[in-house]
Amino acid sequence: MEAFQEAIAERVAEQHRHHGKSQFLWVWIALLAMTAIEVYLTYQNMQPVRMLTILMGLSLVKAALIIGFFMHMKYELSRMKWLTMCALVACLALMMIFFPDALRILSLGVR
Amino acid sequence: MAEATLPHELPAVYEPSLFGTYSKKIGMWLFLLSDSLTFGALLYAYSYGRISTPNWPTPFHSESIINATIMTAFLLTSSLTMVMAVRAAVFGNAKAQRLWLLATMACGIGFVVLHGREWSKLIAEGLTLPVFPKLPGGETSSEFANVAKTVPQFPATFFGLTGMHMLHVSLGVVYLGIIALRRNFIPILLILWLAAWLGTPATSPFHYGAHVLLVAAIVCSIVLWLKPKVYDASDVEVAGLYWHFVDLVWMFIFPLVYLMSAKIL
Repeated sequence: MEAFQEAIAERVAEQHRHHGKSQFLWVWIALLAMTAIEVYLTYQNMQPVRMLTILMGLSLVKAALIIGFFMHMKYELSRMKWLTMCALVACLALMMIFFPDALRILSLGVR
Repeated sequence: MAEATLPHELPAVYEPSLFGTYSKKIGMWLFLLSDSLTFGALLYAYSYGRISTPNWPTPFHSESIINATIMTAFLLTSSLTMVMAVRAAVFGNAKAQRLWLLATMACGIGFVVLHGREWSKLIAEGLTLPVFPKLPGGETSSEFANVAKTVPQFPATFFGLTGMHMLHVSLGVVYLGIIALRRNFIPILLILWLAAWLGTPATSPFHYGAHVLLVAAIVCSIVLWLKPKVYDASDVEVAGLYWHFVDLVWMFIFPLVYLMSAKIL
């Protein structure tokens, strides 16, 4: 067991050796820049739906950067990547089933 | 059944992990997946309320937006310091690991303080919930008091969502404190609890919310007493996963709750 754990620890250390500090720094700068873009767009008097689409798009990119680089998912085995991310996306997508009901309330009113 | 169990002194045979990583990390990922559904449900509830309410308020002035942007910068910076802590732990640099963890905690505390200050300001201006203690001044007639009366879904979802996130950040700071300082963090945690409890007025929700720190101190004391250990690189990496997740969730709360509700003059 110990040898197995050591082998895994060595693999993790190897991953860290491959990506240096500068990579994390660039990801951090990109995240800050995207946040600044979001705040800038807020004051551009855009249509709410268009603005929501852009903001959520940027949020998804930021989430991908955090999961991929900071949480090291990019360096995990592909079965780990696919299983966790597909399960998450599927569960979150299922929750969207409630949105048509919200629109119904908007057009019909609450009864 | 007894003959089916392995004698304790014999070396057991373990299959390699299906996911190529250690069990603590897989456990944390499973927890994070379940927690993301909690936040997903809260974010969807907020969005549902917003879609189904035609006169959804946009009450956040530029001051609130600037405050929330600084909070976001704090969290993003904390993620960078956290990843540096993990890196230092992997390379066996204990001193750097502790310093980076303390820097991460400082950013987390900065986030919570700014958020708490903003909550207090909003509550003082009348954006409140029935469960919050009543302010001594009584009813206010400000814009926020009007929002709380006409669209009660707004304060309910706002405080529910951001409060849950603030709780996660606070517990994250405690988690990192235990990893960085172990038993030495317990007295610091108790001082933080006393400062938060006695430093806030009885009319503030934080006056009672501060007791979360006391409960955390008791739980951490029991855990450290039952299973004292030196936390290794894998523990730091698992703690980092939790911290990055808290950061990740804010990347959706910030645009959805703050930016989409900004007051454009």
